[in-house]
Amino acid sequence: MFAALHGRGNLQSVAFEFSPLVEQTALDTITFDVSGLERLFGLTQDIATAIQRRANETGITVNLALAMNPDAAIYAARGFTGVSILPQGDEAKFLGSLPLALLAPSPELEETLERWGIRRFHELAALPPLGIAERLGPEGLRLRLLACGEVQRKLVVLEEPLGFRAELELEYPVELLEPLAFALARLLNGLTTRLATRGLATDELRLWLKLENGAPHERTLRLPVPALDSRAFLKLLQLDLAAHPPPAPVVDIRLEVNPVKPRAAQSGLFVPGVPEAVKLELTLARIRKLVGAEHVGTPELVDTHRPGAFQMAGFGRAKSQGRPPMRVRLALRVFRPPLPARVEIASGRPGFVAARGVRGRVLELAGPWRISGDWWTEDPWSRDEWDIALSDGALYRMYCEPRGWFVEGSYD
Amino acid sequence: MAAVLLQKRFKSMLGGHLGWQVRPAPETVRTGVTELDAAAGGLPRGCLTEISGPASSGRTSLLLSILAAATEREEACAVIDAEDCFDPLFAAAAGVRCERLLWIRCGHHAEHALEAVDLLIQGGGFGLIAMDLGDTPLETARRISLTSWFRLRRAVENTPTVFVTVARESNAKTCASLMLECTRERVSWSQNSTKLLRGIRVRVARRKPGRAITAFYDASALE
Repeated sequence: MFAALHGRGNLQSVAFEFSPLVEQTALDTITFDVSGLERLFGLTQDIATAIQRRANETGITVNLALAMNPDAAIYAARGFTGVSILPQGDEAKFLGSLPLALLAPSPELEETLERWGIRRFHELAALPPLGIAERLGPEGLRLRLLACGEVQRKLVVLEEPLGFRAELELEYPVELLEPLAFALARLLNGLTTRLATRGLATDELRLWLKLENGAPHERTLRLPVPALDSRAFLKLLQLDLAAHPPPAPVVDIRLEVNPVKPRAAQSGLFVPGVPEAVKLELTLARIRKLVGAEHVGTPELVDTHRPGAFQMAGFGRAKSQGRPPMRVRLALRVFRPPLPARVEIASGRPGFVAARGVRGRVLELAGPWRISGDWWTEDPWSRDEWDIALSDGALYRMYCEPRGWFVEGSYD
Repeated sequence: MAAVLLQKRFKSMLGGHLGWQVRPAPETVRTGVTELDAAAGGLPRGCLTEISGPASSGRTSLLLSILAAATEREEACAVIDAEDCFDPLFAAAAGVRCERLLWIRCGHHAEHALEAVDLLIQGGGFGLIAMDLGDTPLETARRISLTSWFRLRRAVENTPTVFVTVARESNAKTCASLMLECTRERVSWSQNSTKLLRGIRVRVARRKPGRAITAFYDASALE
């Protein structure tokens, strides 16, 4: 059984809600296969009611027709207003009153039929097929079959557009995050269900909020691996909105997900376990809320000799820097920022050092180790480094630069 | 005396089997310091290991070796840095594969470090979680209640995670399954034309479990 929608508006979206086999017959006509929907809705009338109701809900006015072949449904939808259900075997009788212009014959054929006084479907259907074939050729015969509602053909199926977007206009501005979470949950559930029915997952969520003052508030969440967990997505959005709250009440929500194929991976028996991706993302979101987003990640060394130069990358997204050889190395515990120090010089060398939390006589020292770099840029640096053993029992690295003396850290 | 009598009666009721009382020894992993592994037998999984010692005693060198060994095993590791003093350059030089390392900088908030550790343990999947309280003021570290340590110990129990803390002194007390105390033995300076710090010799004493065991290792400075 086929259904045809004729009217203005986004007919495709309505059709795709009922069937994956949809044909864009014309700009104002959509035909789709509704076979099998009886098990879901019941009688043919119930299917028609459901389609009509959905079309009304989306705000479009259409003519709907259901028939056993697509062309009969198309001409019924174009010729009759409202809902038409063509009984099986009586298509010719049902379509009989429609004008021949609906069949869009060629001008010559139209003129010939006009001269014969044939103006309606039933008049063309009543003509003998052999005579039509002799006088009007194959086109005439095709028009007669269409007028009888007997043409059986397959639909030229449309590829369903993979746009996963949901929008919700709120009845009143929402100020708090908790009621907003309810609306987000509804949108997320719908989107994840749609993704699941197509065997897809998502690796990016884009949230667009329209605020009461008309300004937009946009947030984008990128997941390390494709996932399909609406509860985890909701929690991530909640944590993100808590960290970056919209500056004004929200009046409109639009949520879009990026459809991707789900990750298929099988862990080996002897492969060390790794944190579950979505769970880890949730944990990291909670920690980011606690300590700040810029303080969580994987350290990446940068290609420079500038002391203390590194950058933070997302955990699991940092580039591999090879497999450095393992050696027991003396570590430096860095003071961030470096501690400004008061240094007493004795015989041209540091003799006493005082800084916040560091104070003592220099017992032993090594240096100066003069280093500089980036002199070819606008931000050059140079300094003299000293390794010192203080009377407080610790080993420190300190340096002298044009701004003064600083304690960089303690060796440990 | 009464306890012994009760145990005897209980043993007789069970037909002499009290094996259910004995907990299996936890799996141990290498620290990356051969001398320490040979003497103390490595770090137990699912347990709290505490490394303590004063400043410049070699605690961080030991932590970097532990991290290097864990990342070498392809495990995901996390460093919760209470005082923001971790240096990635020195970590990479010690053999830590930074791409497998999650670094959480708590900006001088020990309580944030505790919360982050709790969240990470609950999340699961990490081979090693290290909480660095090495530069945290003593009074702040002492303020962490035993209940908090106990909760962390319970959380990490029955997981494959090695939980390591570094501090100036032992804080977890009875909650720690392994206690390692670091002391600096000596400092080596080069005797070339430009004097340089060459490294330190560290003495590690295992205080718990069992009898005290001592190991020595050298931590060399970056060339």
